[in-house]
Amino acid sequence: MPRKHIRAVALEKTYRTGQHEVPVLKGVDIGVNRGEFLSIVGQSGSGKSTLLHLMGLLDSPSVGEVILDGQRIDNLPFDTRDKLRNRVFGFIFQFYHLLPELTVLENVLAPLMIRHPSWVYWKRRREYRRLAKDIIQKVGLAHRIKHRPSQLSGGEMQRAAIARSLVAKPEVLLADEPTGNLDSQTGQEIMDLLTELNEVESLTIIMVTHDDSIAKQAHRIVRLHEGRIDVLEEAA
Amino acid sequence: MYKLLLCLRYLRTRYIALASIVSVMLGVATMIVVNSVMSGFSSEMRDRIHGILADVIIDSHTLDGQADADYYMKLARQVAGDQIEAMTATVEVYGLLSFEYVNEPINRPVTIVGIHPESKAQVGPLKDQLESFAGVKIGNEVKEPPQRSRDETPGWELTPEALAYRREMVARRQLFFNSYDNRSVPGDESSARDNGWTPFDDDVSQNTTPSESTTIGPQPAIIQAGATADADADQNQVKTADGTAPTADPWELFDQGDATAEATVDPTALMPGRIYIGSGLIEFMVDDPETGEPKTIKMVRTGDDVKISTVTAGRPPATTHFPATIVDVFRSGMSEYDQNLVFCNLEFLQEMRGMIDPQTGKGRFTTIQIKLKDYADSDEVVEKLRSVFPPGMFEVGTWEQKQGPLLAAVDIESAILNILLFLIITVAGFGILAIFFMIVVEKTRDIGILKALGASSNGVMSIFLSYGLALGIVGSGVGVVLGLLFVHYINKIEEFFTWLTGRKVFDERIYYFPEIPTEVNPMMVLWVAFGAMTIAVLASILPARRAARLHPVEALRYE
Repeated sequence: MPRKHIRAVALEKTYRTGQHEVPVLKGVDIGVNRGEFLSIVGQSGSGKSTLLHLMGLLDSPSVGEVILDGQRIDNLPFDTRDKLRNRVFGFIFQFYHLLPELTVLENVLAPLMIRHPSWVYWKRRREYRRLAKDIIQKVGLAHRIKHRPSQLSGGEMQRAAIARSLVAKPEVLLADEPTGNLDSQTGQEIMDLLTELNEVESLTIIMVTHDDSIAKQAHRIVRLHEGRIDVLEEAA
Repeated sequence: MYKLLLCLRYLRTRYIALASIVSVMLGVATMIVVNSVMSGFSSEMRDRIHGILADVIIDSHTLDGQADADYYMKLARQVAGDQIEAMTATVEVYGLLSFEYVNEPINRPVTIVGIHPESKAQVGPLKDQLESFAGVKIGNEVKEPPQRSRDETPGWELTPEALAYRREMVARRQLFFNSYDNRSVPGDESSARDNGWTPFDDDVSQNTTPSESTTIGPQPAIIQAGATADADADQNQVKTADGTAPTADPWELFDQGDATAEATVDPTALMPGRIYIGSGLIEFMVDDPETGEPKTIKMVRTGDDVKISTVTAGRPPATTHFPATIVDVFRSGMSEYDQNLVFCNLEFLQEMRGMIDPQTGKGRFTTIQIKLKDYADSDEVVEKLRSVFPPGMFEVGTWEQKQGPLLAAVDIESAILNILLFLIITVAGFGILAIFFMIVVEKTRDIGILKALGASSNGVMSIFLSYGLALGIVGSGVGVVLGLLFVHYINKIEEFFTWLTGRKVFDERIYYFPEIPTEVNPMMVLWVAFGAMTIAVLASILPARRAARLHPVEALRYE
């Protein structure tokens, strides 16, 4: 068995709200191969988003480990985790989460700006702009390059978000309900884009969704129920 | 890079932040304006005070003064000769100035300063302060041109114009008295009345005679009797002991009502007492009913005579009186001095006060004024002089030390104003704090996005810190420009408000400055701007820390 690209080992997460402790994840083990397209499904509150956040280092687990390429990453120092988020993981969210003050191009460039100190970025800005424009073209948004997110439709915003997640050349793409806010046709277009990325660039994709028809397009489906893995099934 | 970009975008899109920019701007502008005007006032005032007082002043503790100015000046030269440029000995004493204006006797308490005009002019800018050299200017408008050239040394003679005026006044008076004398021939009264040419009733005329004469000319017996016997005795004693001929009984010349004296003495001859009189003592301002403009009324003029009363040196001091001719009008621009100082010819004052030693013929002095080559040495010179001038007899100090309380008051005033104004900027700082908290709450989701994209907590924090700094820079930059413009055009603005309200905002009668004086100190501007920026950054620390501590997941979930 080849070494898993990213692995969650006995992950537990408990949120504390006032006096109450709310267990969200109760021990989850998942391994994702390099180039695999995995979808996580489950009802609201089943902990699927939390699992995604833990694996993307947006949050740290109460118990358990996150292992990337055989190395534990959830307990690394803050700055190292910041770097990993910037370089290794790409995020796509249900509500797109573009920065409203910036144009599409600037939004896409944001990870690169964050990665480099100002002067380094300034020196390479032409190269990066070209890169960003290529990617925007690839997601089919070339005509919207100077627009603000508020001037875009939902599907366009999600394409911009995907372009932003790709510009940093990530190894793992973490998508949280990427189609959740879109009509089925636009959602399918986004799914086609993700599938293509997975196939052509052999990007590891972990996608959270509650829509079975979307989930089925992945290689494998993990079904979460009340913080535990319910079923693990191969997609058709 | 993203920090800079976001910072600039927030600056452009968050209009609420404009409020804090405006408050910083107003605070900075106000501070600059107030400071410039304050320091303009204070430096103008210092210039004027310094113009009257010399760099270093040696004051005798007693009004009687100390003997032999030359000896003490030599002493001063011995210890600090290379630093002293010029010196002059003066006599300062309190006195009373009397003259009449529109039949009203006017008495003013004054400080009489006996000076040598030549040496006094070397110690301070005396020529700039005398009307005959400097003319009379109100603002930039020349009211009276100077009558003497700047090359002349100031002395105790009248200008030809003033002399002509004096002659004319004497002639008029003579005419008046002649006609009056003719009419008041005993037994002729009734006929004068019958003529219908009687300007005065008998009792009125009795009042009128002395009143005219006190201003200029003949001195009736009433006032002569007012001179105390003590003073007369003193004066006579001095003179006889001195061996000089008693030509200078001052009343002798004043006594021109007597027909025999008139024959021997030129009626236009000047009194032996000569004075430069402070302009505030003889002028007042009224609003011209026709034009509404303020207008200066002079109660007496150069060439007129006034009376001076003071005390003699000695125990107990006795009063002494003498008439004096106004040779010039003194105008320093400091009302405190212009309303108080009368400069008198030194030897005559010494003589009148019995300060001339009968044995040696040397006069006593109360003050030595010293001009230094470089005022920066003043403290050193004061130290040196203190070592030779016994503190029991003399007080040595710079003009600043002498005017310490006044200058300190101005400094304290400006310090308090600065504190108050800085509080305004601090208030602006709290405004920034509140607005920033709002912006952080508003931007919570964006902060989550930035963190998801790999921004560090420090990076997020520095966005808000540099945002605060940017607000500070923009606010204080615009404030500095606004403040400097305001200072530059302050007199135009004053004119505008005067026009708008119909009331004089800056009344030169109150402040004695023709226009609002300003002085921009670059260091002050720098400090104000720097202070405002610091406050803006400090105010953004708390919201920035809050932003940095936001949990990315919670921030992302925030709607």
